[in-house]
Amino acid sequence: MTIRMGHRTTMTTPMFEYDFMRTAFVASGIAAILAGTVGFFLVLRGQTFAGHALSHAGFTGATGAVLFGFSPLAGLVGFTVMVGVGMGLFGEKLAHRDVAIGMMLSLALGLGLLFLHFYTAAATQAAALLFGNVLGVDESALLTLVVLAVLSLTALAFIGRPLVFASLQPELADARGVPLRFVAAAFLAIVAVAVAECAQIVGVLLVFTLMVGPAAAAMNLTRRLAAAVALSAGLALAEAWGGLTLAYYTDWPTSFWITALSGMVFFGAAAARRFAG
Amino acid sequence: MSALRFDDVRISLGRRDILSAASFIVEDREFIGMLGANGAGKTTLMRAALGLIPVASGAIAVLDEPVARGNPAIGYMPQNRGAMAGLRLTGWDVVASAAIGRRFGFVGLDKTTRREIDWALDQVGARDLARRSIGELSGGELQKVLLSEALLGRPRLLLLDEPLISLDPAHQKSIVETARRICDDLKVAIVFSAHELNPLVNAIDRVLYLGSGAAVLGAVDEVVTGPVLSRLYGSDIEVIRVKDRYFVMAGEVDVEREAHRHDHPHGSSHDHDDAHV
Repeated sequence: MTIRMGHRTTMTTPMFEYDFMRTAFVASGIAAILAGTVGFFLVLRGQTFAGHALSHAGFTGATGAVLFGFSPLAGLVGFTVMVGVGMGLFGEKLAHRDVAIGMMLSLALGLGLLFLHFYTAAATQAAALLFGNVLGVDESALLTLVVLAVLSLTALAFIGRPLVFASLQPELADARGVPLRFVAAAFLAIVAVAVAECAQIVGVLLVFTLMVGPAAAAMNLTRRLAAAVALSAGLALAEAWGGLTLAYYTDWPTSFWITALSGMVFFGAAAARRFAG
Repeated sequence: MSALRFDDVRISLGRRDILSAASFIVEDREFIGMLGANGAGKTTLMRAALGLIPVASGAIAVLDEPVARGNPAIGYMPQNRGAMAGLRLTGWDVVASAAIGRRFGFVGLDKTTRREIDWALDQVGARDLARRSIGELSGGELQKVLLSEALLGRPRLLLLDEPLISLDPAHQKSIVETARRICDDLKVAIVFSAHELNPLVNAIDRVLYLGSGAAVLGAVDEVVTGPVLSRLYGSDIEVIRVKDRYFVMAGEVDVEREAHRHDHPHGSSHDHDDAHV
C-alpha cells in the first residue's frame, strides 16, 4: 500500500481527471457494496460487536505483516479471516459473549501497537490503518479488493438461505438439519473479508460506518428481506461515493464525510420509521 | 403404523437421567397433550425424536423409521422461537426463510415454494397476519405464524413445544382449536406440550404425562388420577375434577399453576407440600 498524501485540487478540475480518484471510486464502491450486503446479515444476526472486534484484529494483522515484511493488505485479510473462522467455530455462544469479544478486541489493538512500536515509519501507517486512506489504494491493491469482493459475495449468496434461517430461528434451523457451526464460521470469514476491505477505505476504527450504518437504516426503511439487502448495499455505495465527492471538493478527510453521511442516513431512517409509525 | 414410538428409552443430560425406561406409542393421526413439571423432559423428549439429543439406551422410531436429524416427516415448533421482537421483516419472509432455509446454493423462491408458504399460512389462518412485521404481532398472532412453519413440507408428525406459553386464555383456545383442526384436516399426529391440562383437555385424544423419568400415555381419565400422578411427581398428588376441569394438587398447591407461574425447576414445587417433604 503506497500512501499518497497532500493532493491538492482546485474546484475547476473535474475529479475523474485524476487516476487516483478513479481508483478511489472503484475501490470504495466495491468495498461499500460488499460491506452493505454483508453488514445486513451481521445486523440481522445481532453480531455487530463481533464485526467491530474483527476490525481490530485487522489492525494487528496489518501492523504485524508490515513488521515482518509482508503487504499490510495480506496481513489485514489473513488475520481477520483467521480470527473470524475461529470465532465462528467456537460457536454462537462465544460470538455473543460481549466480554470475551471486548477482551480480544483490546488484546488485538495492544498487539498492533507493539508491532507499530517496532516498526519505525509508524505514524502515517497507523493513521492510514486506523482511519483509512482510500486515496492511497494502488492498482494491485484494487485488483485484490475486486477479487476478494467477488469471492465473498459469491460465498455469501451460496450460504445465504441457511444463513438467514439460522440467524432468525437457530433452534428450528438446527432441528431441520442446518449445520449451524459451519454457517456461523463461513459467515464470519466473509465478514472478515468485508471488514478488511472496509478498513482500506475508512480505517479499522470506522468500519462500523459502512458495515452497520446502512444495514440498520435499510431495516428501518423496508419490511422485505430482499429489498433490505439491496437497499443496504445501495446506501453504503451512495455514502461511500458521496463521502469521496465531498472530500474532493472540501479537502476534508473522506472517512469523516462517509461517517457523517452514514450517521445522517441512519438517524434519518430511524426518524422516518417513527413518523411513519 | 405408529407416529412416534419410544421403546425403553433412557436419555441423560450430564449425569442426570431425564428419561429412564420410557415406553409409549403415539398412533398415527393422534392429538397428544404432553404434560409434566418443568424439567420433566418434555423438550428433551422432542429433541430426542428430532435426533438432536442421543439416547443412552432404548430406541425411538418416528413413523417406523429410526431417528434422523433434519427428518422432513417431522414439523417442529421449538419453545425458543428466536429473536423476533422488534424485527421489521414480514411474517411471510420469516416463514419463507424456514421454507428454503435448508438449501445451500443460489436458491430463489420459485412459484411452488411461494404457494407452499401461502398454503401453510392458510392452514393456521395467518395469511393476512403474515403481511405485517413479525416484530409487531401480538403473542397469539406470532404463535400462529410460527405454527405455519411446522407445516412446511407436509410432515406427518408435529412436535409443538409449549405453543400456549404466555398467551391469554382466548389466544390459547384459538391455538388449541387450530391444532385440532390441523390434526383432523391434514391427518397428522401431534404432540403438543403444555404446562396446564385444562386448555387442552377437550381437544386432545390422549395425554402423555412425564415425571420422575417415566412417561405414561393414556386417556385423560386413566392418567390424570391421584395414584398415577403421585408416582410421576414422586409426592402425594390429589386430582380434583370439576366438570371438564382438572386440578392437580400437591397438598394445597395447584402444581400446574405453580409451575407455570414461577418456572420452577423440577421437584421444587413439592417443597410446599409439608405432608410429604
